Amino acid sequence: MPLRHPWRWVATVVVLVLAAMLVHSLVTDATYGWGVVGQYMLSGPILRGLLLTLELTGAAMAIGIALGVTLAILRLSPNPLLSGASWLYIWFFRGTPVLVQIVFWYNISALYPHVGIGIPFGPVLVHGSANSIVSSLVAAILGLGLNEAAYYAEIVRAGILSVDTGQTEAAQSLGMPRVVIMRKVVLPQAMRVIVPPTGNETISMLKTSSLASAAAVAELFYSAQLIYARNYETIPLLVVASLWYLALTTLLTIGQHYIERYYARGSVPSVPPRTFPELLLRSLGRPGARRREVPS
Amino acid sequence: MRATAPMLLAQGVHKRFGALEVLRGIDLEVAPREVMCLLGPSGSGKSTFLRCVNHLEQVDSGRLYVDGVLVGYEERGDRLHELHEREVCRRRAEIGMVFQRFNLFPHMTALENVAAAPVLVKKEPRAVAVERAARLLDRVGLLARSDAYPSQLSGGQQQRVAIARALAMQPKLMLFDEPTSALDPELVGEVLDAMRGLAEDGMTMVVVTHEIGFAREVGDALVFMDGGRVVESGVPRDVIAHPSQERTRAFLSKVL
Repeated sequence: MPLRHPWRWVATVVVLVLAAMLVHSLVTDATYGWGVVGQYMLSGPILRGLLLTLELTGAAMAIGIALGVTLAILRLSPNPLLSGASWLYIWFFRGTPVLVQIVFWYNISALYPHVGIGIPFGPVLVHGSANSIVSSLVAAILGLGLNEAAYYAEIVRAGILSVDTGQTEAAQSLGMPRVVIMRKVVLPQAMRVIVPPTGNETISMLKTSSLASAAAVAELFYSAQLIYARNYETIPLLVVASLWYLALTTLLTIGQHYIERYYARGSVPSVPPRTFPELLLRSLGRPGARRREVPS
Repeated sequence: MRATAPMLLAQGVHKRFGALEVLRGIDLEVAPREVMCLLGPSGSGKSTFLRCVNHLEQVDSGRLYVDGVLVGYEERGDRLHELHEREVCRRRAEIGMVFQRFNLFPHMTALENVAAAPVLVKKEPRAVAVERAARLLDRVGLLARSDAYPSQLSGGQQQRVAIARALAMQPKLMLFDEPTSALDPELVGEVLDAMRGLAEDGMTMVVVTHEIGFAREVGDALVFMDGGRVVESGVPRDVIAHPSQERTRAFLSKVL
């Protein structure tokens, strides 16, 4: 006699009923305004907002990753001043809300009206007003990117520390200098630990970039807000924005799987599928492949 | 008595980790083409000594010369000054090292592991490095496994790749830090065979090992260490058959 699982049946019924209620509401509730959703899904302002969201995410992640790797290497430096400075940066930028940081950069001209490049405490070579240099877009990129760098530094540091010290010693015994060891031996191995959270951070950044609306940047969410402020179709436009965010995060999740597989080369076992669609695809490809765990 | 200058010369090498004195004055000489085996209980300082030779650890006092040159330092007057990284790397490149736990680069294939350092350190053209790497893998009997990643190789195969990797830098001296201690018993032989072949080709080798048989058959000299000192040294066959020190006798009676 196979083992019976009565509670699985109860749970299945509960989930099915809830799902049916949700579908019913989606179809019959007029407030969703599917007609309006369809009308705005591919409209100019929404697509322009979408593009800006992608640009913001890309720019902020680029700053976050570049500065984050630098901060992580500084943090592991034997020089206490450098590792201390890195620690202080991480402490500050992780310790304050990213929304506050964006608004802060947006208002930076109140603190430093003029910015310039020159010799410290000496003559200024190039200068301009902070207002013209730190536009709202730049404020949003700085706020998001500098905050991301603090989190990313900790991810990279964990990755570097996860690599066995024997690797460094073997590379040293072959006469490799420190920089080469870091680039060719340690970081490629640290990538296995760094890549999965990088995917998470990118997905998270895609959504966090909606905070740029606080700096009046017309990214996806702010574009939707601007439209429903005029036509009062609040719910349909929020649905439009949500559907686009969902579509983008799904794409990123699939991309992440392939990048993880690349950096897992040379290690067994290979990366298991993580997302529901991937599991679905795999189980379709090999019928019954995932049924082993059910005892019979 | 030796006509040639020693390949490795240690004079009064001291090393401490905090309060623990690991090496208490080691004096050694290894002639070119000689194979010296270091024996001793764990904690006797033999691995630490090996790591000092290629400057993975800094010595506290004493001198270590490889082919007449100090490894990590420069002598000015009678004081030692630590060298610039570039110069340390250059000198290290002339000393090959094989580790107990292989330490192959897991993200590179066997061939890439062997070819990497000549390309990255000596700036050799890729084609030249790859060709030599293939030759070295052939020499340790692993040419067929060139494209395998370390995780796809057995421990014995990994250690043979590690030997090929060290040889790729064309070292003057090879250091082996318990090269067979992490291996399944049936895989020890293939690694010792590769090392025996290397010795027959005239490589100067310092081998920290517990393989008494290897020390007896391949070693030209045997050094027994305990408590950070050299207790006894001589021709392996004599030391193993007739140890002159009580400490050596006690150790050998346990491992033989």
